[in-house]
Amino acid sequence: MAEDQINDLSRFKATYFEECAELLANAEETIARLQDGSGTEEDLNAVFRCVHSIKGGGGAFNFAGLVRFAHVLETSLDALRSGRAQLTPHVADLMVRGNDILGDFVRAAQESVDLPSDHGHEVMDELAAITGGGGAQPAAKPAVAAAAAAPSGMKHWTIRLQPAVGLLRTGNDPLLMIRELHALGEVKVQADKTHLPSLSEMDSQESYLSWTITLDTDKPRAAIEEVFEFVAGDVAHVTIEEQAAPAASGAEGGGEGWGLFSPAPGNPDAPTPGTPIAAKPHPGTAGAVASSQGPVHTASIRVDLDKIDRLVNMVGELVITQAMLGQQTTHFSVESHPELIQGLQELSHHTRELQESVMAIRAQPIKALFSRAPRLVRDLSTKLGKQARLVMSGENTEVDKTVIEQLSDPLTHLIRNSLDHGIEMPEKRIAAGKPAEGTIHLGAEHRSGRIIIEVSDDGNGIDRKRVLEKAIEKGLVDKGAQMSDEQIDMLVFAPGFSTAAQVSDVSGRGVGMDVVRKNIQDVGGRVVVQSMPGQGSRFILSLPLTLAVMDGMLVAVGDERYVLPLTNIVESLRPTTQQARNLVDVGQVLVLRGEYIRLVPLHVMFEVKNAITDPTRGLVVVVETEGGDRIGLLVDELLGQQQVVIKSLDANYRPVEGISAATILGDGRVALILDTSALRAMGDRLPSIGTAVPPLALAAE
Amino acid sequence: MGKMVLAVDDSKTMRDMVSFTLRGAGYTVVEADNGVNALKALVGKKVDVIITDVNMPEMDGITLVKKIRAQPQFAGTPVLILTTESDQSKKDEGRAAGATGWIVKPFSPDKLLQIVAKVCP
Amino acid sequence: MKDGDIPTIAGAVGESRQYISFTIGDEEYGVDIMAIREIKGWTASTELPNTPPYVRGVINLRGAIVPIFDLRTRFGGGPTEASARHVIIVVSVRSRVVGILVDAVADIITVVSSSIKPVPELEHKVDAGFLAGLVTVEGRMVALLDLESLFDVELNVEAA
Repeated sequence: MAEDQINDLSRFKATYFEECAELLANAEETIARLQDGSGTEEDLNAVFRCVHSIKGGGGAFNFAGLVRFAHVLETSLDALRSGRAQLTPHVADLMVRGNDILGDFVRAAQESVDLPSDHGHEVMDELAAITGGGGAQPAAKPAVAAAAAAPSGMKHWTIRLQPAVGLLRTGNDPLLMIRELHALGEVKVQADKTHLPSLSEMDSQESYLSWTITLDTDKPRAAIEEVFEFVAGDVAHVTIEEQAAPAASGAEGGGEGWGLFSPAPGNPDAPTPGTPIAAKPHPGTAGAVASSQGPVHTASIRVDLDKIDRLVNMVGELVITQAMLGQQTTHFSVESHPELIQGLQELSHHTRELQESVMAIRAQPIKALFSRAPRLVRDLSTKLGKQARLVMSGENTEVDKTVIEQLSDPLTHLIRNSLDHGIEMPEKRIAAGKPAEGTIHLGAEHRSGRIIIEVSDDGNGIDRKRVLEKAIEKGLVDKGAQMSDEQIDMLVFAPGFSTAAQVSDVSGRGVGMDVVRKNIQDVGGRVVVQSMPGQGSRFILSLPLTLAVMDGMLVAVGDERYVLPLTNIVESLRPTTQQARNLVDVGQVLVLRGEYIRLVPLHVMFEVKNAITDPTRGLVVVVETEGGDRIGLLVDELLGQQQVVIKSLDANYRPVEGISAATILGDGRVALILDTSALRAMGDRLPSIGTAVPPLALAAE
Repeated sequence: MGKMVLAVDDSKTMRDMVSFTLRGAGYTVVEADNGVNALKALVGKKVDVIITDVNMPEMDGITLVKKIRAQPQFAGTPVLILTTESDQSKKDEGRAAGATGWIVKPFSPDKLLQIVAKVCP
Repeated sequence: MKDGDIPTIAGAVGESRQYISFTIGDEEYGVDIMAIREIKGWTASTELPNTPPYVRGVINLRGAIVPIFDLRTRFGGGPTEASARHVIIVVSVRSRVVGILVDAVADIITVVSSSIKPVPELEHKVDAGFLAGLVTVEGRMVALLDLESLFDVELNVEAA
């Protein structure tokens, strides 16, 4: 029956690990509250329940190490919540570490790797000390509840042998290994053939089978490990787990993992323990599997991300199709086809609503992204000997799920960077007239159709002199090159600039600022840094709100069509000759209500022929960039507003400057979506590019 | 008609496993993730057995047992509580609250079926 | 291979592959048939600004944005005067889908690896780095393309 059991339960593993991930995250958050004093008794209960659930499931799957550790953690939490133990700062810290180690065990179980058998033992010992018990005692019997005493020394093991690529080529042979196991004791082997490909696809040098082996032996674990010593962790995955002996079925009631209270309501009339029980239950009707699903009373539902992605894509295609339909019917008027026009308008309205709802499904509060920050700041500031506090704002700002996943590492690195390079040591801060405790601010908000995330500190700011020196040293910049403050600041993102792995690797990875920027760009975002020496630095990340659909304004330049994000458009006008001017050293500008706005002629940027070159004959669309700057784009005409489905250019090609993505218009043509911030930067370079700035028709005045 | 079981546990994994096992043996299973929702689920249904975890948010298992027993139509219904070994005190509380019996987590599917069949023949 | 039940093992001498050959002007080239996704007639592409001259632009291929490379231009010739009679061969290179603009598709040829000759330096118009080798098919010389190195710069974003 043991094998059936394994098969039966493994289908629940995915659910279990998902649940564990949630529970661990919730526990971490709650423990953080307990640590900084804002926790309640209910919080203690909540953490207890998290660990309890993880332990429970872990037991069902026979994750011995995990259960052992969870048990100790759970016991100490129980002591805390019932008042038998005190929640001192030291204990709170233990909780934090305990939760982390529990996470290690969960991950190890998920990936079927072995942790060293004493992993986390210090924490375990200290936790046990809290509850007054010595050592990690009631080693939970991880397997089935019955504790049939094993004959002395004899233990029951479950070994999983999964060859990896190249096992056979190293001269190792699973058959020999299994034979060796036979020499240790009684062995039962079950092969997993599910990965066997068809004969024509098979590579004779590869191994496609894996095995689950049960072994009863009185030899120590080391003897088993020796069998696999050449291959474990390298060309094969090997897990060795000890089990309590499987329960003898038909166990008598009571003392064997269950029991009946007697007398107790609901008990059948013969409650005496010792009555042998038929192993087969009696369902009411033989063979009838009543699968009527009772309702599960919960407020949310778990959905595979794949399903959501498919849904998002389909809605995207729907938007395109609806646009195409609309295109086909431009010749029809309301008079000639009233129902058709009406119907299409309603279709457009419903499509938009559908799309907004679908987008909202994937959106989650950015809180999930920020949740690790307090802990990070606390740990790292302690390690560095600095004092810093974290202030967060806009945690409920909603962001697409993918964005949250992609930004986790970059954000961690930015915070580390602030603590490492930004915030000064307390003495230095006091000497500078600042409070000893530095502040790091993490904020998020929606602005101009994008998500703006800010990581700022009140530290020293970027040491421009050092940055420049380092850049020259690394050959990134020529000696004597003239650079503006902003340009020097942006050097920190240059590839190859990053310093070697910093102090303690809290995030576990040695990422650099260039990788940070790339990660941000990969989700269609941008990052800039603003710094004031002595006062602090601000890293501003700007990300698209939705990844798929956007409101756009279609514009024509010559024969080409481009799309501008509607949210960036401030206004559009046909400038008079007074408004369109040529400034020395700057180039073409628009004078609007006393403000000078740089004029960016798209036909020049994109080398479009047959376009209108005279601003007073064309249209200038004033747009806003993330930094808040404005530029005026010269186009031929506006073609109208429409929803566009954003298609990535770099899926099959690569990023093109000035273009953020592409879309397919109603007529099937591809139109490029413009990147206003990049256009601004390109506009700044115009005079120096050497492209002739067409002189304005002064004669017309 | 098969018997109806109400399975209460805040862990989805647990609920899934219990439901799967019981449905496979012909029971109808209704699920709830805490005591409050369990009581709601009981309304208007003819539940034959209730299996509940002890540690849950909103309303824990012991309180749930008391509330179930307080309703006349469930005075004689078998109620099993799921405990872990360290919870000896919970077993006592369960008994005091009127539970029929206990099962220690983790349990094998076979064991679960045995016990349910025993209390609900 | 005589017996049908001896499986072909990669790398063995005598292995053969199929290529689709196409023409650009008087030259004939071949592309591994396994890399080809589809072959379609020319459709107008949308220009991409600030890209090399051989990047014609992008087209809409059933909802995906696919870049089109003018192979004639890439090989040092001028731009192709594309018309409805020209052909786009859509290939998959390192998980990206790209289209190459050629004059016409010629044939499906089966090439035995041992008959592929290396490209002599300076002999062929095209940068030898783009070619995997030369074969002679029915008296004609066909230059086999190495797609990965042909698109190396374009698809290697890090190099940007």
